[in-house]
Amino acid sequence: MASITLPNPGVLAASRAVQATTEQPWVRWSLIAIAVAFLGVFLFLPLAIVFSSALERGVSVYVGALREPDAMAAIKLTLIAAGISVPLNMIFGITAAWAIGKFDFLGKSLLITLIDLPFSVSPVVSGLIYVLIFGLQGLLGPWLAAHDLKIIFAVPGIVLATMFVTFPFVARELIPLVEAQGTEEEEAALTLGASGWQTFWRVTLPNVKWGLLYGVILCNARAMGEFGAVSVVSGHIRGRTNTMPLHIEILYNEYQFAPAFAVASLLALLALATLLAKTVVEWKARQQSTELQRMSGEAL
Amino acid sequence: MIRKVCFFVAILGASLLGFGQRVTLLNVSYDPTRELFQDYNAAFAKYWKVKTGQDVTIQQSHGGSSKQARAVIDGLDADIVTLALAYDIDAIADKAHLLPSNWQSRLPNNSSPYTSTIIFLVRKGNPKKIKDWDDLIRPGVSVITPNPKTSGGARWNYLAAWGYALRKSGGDESKARDFVSKLFANVPVLDSGARGSTTTFVERGMGDVLIAWENEALLGANELGKERFEIVVPSTSILCEPSVSVVDRVVDKKGTRATAQAYLEYLYSPEGQEIAAKRYYRPRSAAVLKKYAAQFPNVKLFTIADIAGDWKQAQAKHFADGGIFDQVYSANQ
Amino acid sequence: MRLQLKQKSILPGFGLALGFTVLYLSLLVLIPLSATFLKASSLSGQQFWHIVSSHRAVASYKLSFGASGIAATINLFFGLIVAWVLVRYNFPGKRLFDSLVDLPFALPTAVAGIALTTIYAPNGWMGRFLAPLGIQTAYSRLGVVIALTFTGLPFVVRTVQPVLEDLDKEVEEAAASLGADRWQTIIKVLLPAVLPAALTGFSMAFARAVGEYGSVVFISGNMPLKTEITPLLIITKLEQYDYAGATAIAVVMLVASFALLLTINLLQAWSGGRLKRAHANELPETAEFEAAR
Repeated sequence: MASITLPNPGVLAASRAVQATTEQPWVRWSLIAIAVAFLGVFLFLPLAIVFSSALERGVSVYVGALREPDAMAAIKLTLIAAGISVPLNMIFGITAAWAIGKFDFLGKSLLITLIDLPFSVSPVVSGLIYVLIFGLQGLLGPWLAAHDLKIIFAVPGIVLATMFVTFPFVARELIPLVEAQGTEEEEAALTLGASGWQTFWRVTLPNVKWGLLYGVILCNARAMGEFGAVSVVSGHIRGRTNTMPLHIEILYNEYQFAPAFAVASLLALLALATLLAKTVVEWKARQQSTELQRMSGEAL
Repeated sequence: MIRKVCFFVAILGASLLGFGQRVTLLNVSYDPTRELFQDYNAAFAKYWKVKTGQDVTIQQSHGGSSKQARAVIDGLDADIVTLALAYDIDAIADKAHLLPSNWQSRLPNNSSPYTSTIIFLVRKGNPKKIKDWDDLIRPGVSVITPNPKTSGGARWNYLAAWGYALRKSGGDESKARDFVSKLFANVPVLDSGARGSTTTFVERGMGDVLIAWENEALLGANELGKERFEIVVPSTSILCEPSVSVVDRVVDKKGTRATAQAYLEYLYSPEGQEIAAKRYYRPRSAAVLKKYAAQFPNVKLFTIADIAGDWKQAQAKHFADGGIFDQVYSANQ
Repeated sequence: MRLQLKQKSILPGFGLALGFTVLYLSLLVLIPLSATFLKASSLSGQQFWHIVSSHRAVASYKLSFGASGIAATINLFFGLIVAWVLVRYNFPGKRLFDSLVDLPFALPTAVAGIALTTIYAPNGWMGRFLAPLGIQTAYSRLGVVIALTFTGLPFVVRTVQPVLEDLDKEVEEAAASLGADRWQTIIKVLLPAVLPAALTGFSMAFARAVGEYGSVVFISGNMPLKTEITPLLIITKLEQYDYAGATAIAVVMLVASFALLLTINLLQAWSGGRLKRAHANELPETAEFEAAR
C-alpha cells in the first residue's frame, strides 16, 4: 500500500501499526459471521424451538398448561426449593468469602477446591448420595422410617439436592472479589472504632454487592432448573414432588408436547430474565468500578 | 415437621368425626398406565364415596417400571404398586421386604387384573412391508424398542421375540439367541422407558417399526395419528401380565389397607374392567372382553412360563449383567 | 491448629466464619459424598475393579470423556472467536449476543435436551437437512457432542473475554512496530496472553460436560457401548437395583471431578497470577470475577 507513493516513514509506521492491530475487513466480517452463526445455531435455535413449540397450539393451550393444578404445584415447589436453597447458600457464600478472602491460612486452596466440588460432580451422583444416606436401604433410612421422618421423595430431599447442586455459586463469585479488595478498608474502619459487624455491613458488603447479586442470580437460575439430581430423589408424585423440570418431562412423556414446551418456555423466560438482570448488574458493577477509578484518579 | 402436624391433625380429626373422612393413596405405576389410572382413579373415588362415605384422593407417580420399583425400595411411600411385570414387585419384596414374597397369590389371575400383548406399530402404508417377527431382523429395517435392562415393556418385547424364535425352531435356544441378536442389531435408539421409545418413533420420526405394548400401540395409532401409523399384528406374541399389589408395610403404617385393598379389587369389577378395556388393556372378564373384542386383534399368545419359566429365572438368564441380552448386544458391537 | 497456622490479621470473625464454612461444607457436601465411598467400601477391591473396568463402563468413560473433550475443544476454538469478536468488533446485535452467551447456565438441562432433540431429530429443523447428507446427529455420538457443546458454551467465552478487554493495544502496536505482521502478533503476543484463561475455560467446560446428564439423555439414544454416557450408566445400574455397582462408578466419577477441579484451580492460580501482575494498580474486579467462573 505504502509503496505506491514515496514512503513517508511516519505514515508507513502508522499504517503498519493499524494493519498490525486490526484485521482486514473481510477477516473481520468472516469472524463476526462465524461467531454469530455459532451462537445462532447453539443458542438461538433451542430458544426459538421452545417458544415456537409452546405456542404451536395457540395461546389458550399455552395458558391452560400453566394454570393446570399439577403445573401450579410444580411451579410452587420449584419456588419453595429455590426460596430455601438460595438464601442459605448466599449466607454460606458470604461467610466463606469472609474467611477465605480476608485471611490467609493453611489448606485454603484445598478448601476452595472442596467448595467447588458440587460444580463438577455429576447431578446424578448428587442425587445418588442422598439416596445412599436417606433412602430406606441407606445409612439413616431405617432410623428415619422408625421416626416417621421423610427426607427423600418429599420436599426436604428436593431442597437438599437443590442446595447441593447450587452450593458453590455465590461463594465462587464472592471469594475472588473479596480477595481482590484486600483488607485496608476494613482495617481503617476498625482502627476508627467500628465494630466487626459494622465494618462488615458498612464496608465489606457494599463493596461486593454487585458480585453478590450476580452470584445469587446464577444460583437461583440453576436452582430452578436442576433436573438430574432432583429427578433421582423426587419420586415423581404428581402435584406433590414434581418440580417444573420434572413436570416438563412428565408432560413430554404424556405426548403433551405443546404444554410441555409451555412450562419449558416459562423456565426459558426465567433464563432470559436472569440474563437481563445479569447484564444490568454487570453494567452497574462496571460503572461503580470506573467511578472508583475516576475518584481515585481525582484524589491523586 | 409438616407431616407430623398433618398426622396429628388427622388423628384429631378422625377421633372427632368418626373414622377418617379423607384418605390419600399413592399409586406408583409404570409409564403407559397414565391414561388408564386417570380414568380409573376418578371412578374409584366416586365408588368409594358412595360405598363408605369416605373421600379418597389417589396420587399418581409414573415412570419406567424398574425406576419406580427402585423408588419404592428406597422409601417412596406407595400404598399400591401397579407395575409392568411381576419381577419389579418381587424386587420390592426381596430387597426391602415391604410386602410378602407370596404377594402374587393374593389376588385373582396372578394379581394381574388386565393383560396386554406385544405388537408392532409401523408408518402409514407399511413401506417396509413388515408382517411378522421375521421381518424385523431383515437388514435395513430399523426397529425401535426400549432398553430391556431398565424398561419393563422392553423385557416383554424381548421375551416375545425370544419366544417366537424359540417356538418356531422347536425349542432351539441357539436359534432364539441368533434371532434376538439380529433384532437388536437393527435397533438405533434404546430409550430407558416405553414412553421414550414411542416419542422417538412417533414424534422424532426414527425407525420403521416400533415394538410396543398393544395398549401403547393402539393409543399411538388411535390418538396420536390414525393417518400416520398402522398397527401390525404378528402371528404369535406373549401374554403380558402387568401386576398389582398393596405395599403391606406402607398401608399398615398409614392405616390405609382397607381402601388400598378395595382399590385393587375394584379393578376386577365390571366397571374397572371396562375402564381398562377403554384404555386398550385386555380385560380378564370374559363379558367385557367380548364387548370390546373388535378392538383387540387376534394373536396366538404364549405365556412367560411357556418359554422362560418364571420372572426370576428370566431375569437371571436374560437381563442380569452378563446375561443373554448383554452377550448378544456386546457381540453386535 | 488452623488458627495458629493462619497469618496475623486484625480483622475479627475468622474463627466464626471459617467454622461455619467448614460445618456447612461438611454437612451438605463432604459427609454426603463420603457416603458414596462408604458404600463402595462394601465391595472388595477385586469386585470394585471388576465393575469399574467392565467393558460397558470403559466404553461409557470413553464416550463421556471423549465427547466432553471434543465439545470443550469446539468451545475453545469458537469461544476464542466469539470472545474476540465481542471484545474487538462492533456489529448490530452485539449486546444481545453477548448476554445470550450465558443462556446454557440459566436454561434447565432437561429443556435444553428436549429442544436440541427436537431440532436435530431426522424430522427436526436441522436434522431434516443433515439426514439426507447421511449425517445422523440426534441419537448418535454426534448428538452427545452437540448437547455437551451447548452446556459448556459460556465457559471459554466468559474466561477469555475479560482478559482480552484488559489487554493493552499498546502491546500489539509495539509488536507491530518491531516488525511483526498481524499473524505473528496474534500467535506470539495475543495467544500467550489469553492462553491461561482459555485453558481454564476449556477445563471448566470439560468438567461440566463429563457429569452432564439432563441434556444428553434425550438426544443420545442411550445405546450401551455406543451412546451411553457414564451418568446414564449410573442411573441404569440404580434401576437394576445394583446400588454397589452404581456407587462404584460414581466413585470413579467423583475422583475424576476432583482431579479436574484441582487442575482448574492450578490453571486459575496461573492465569490469576498473570492478571495480577499485569494490573497491579487497577481494580481487576470484572476480570477477576468473570475469570473466577
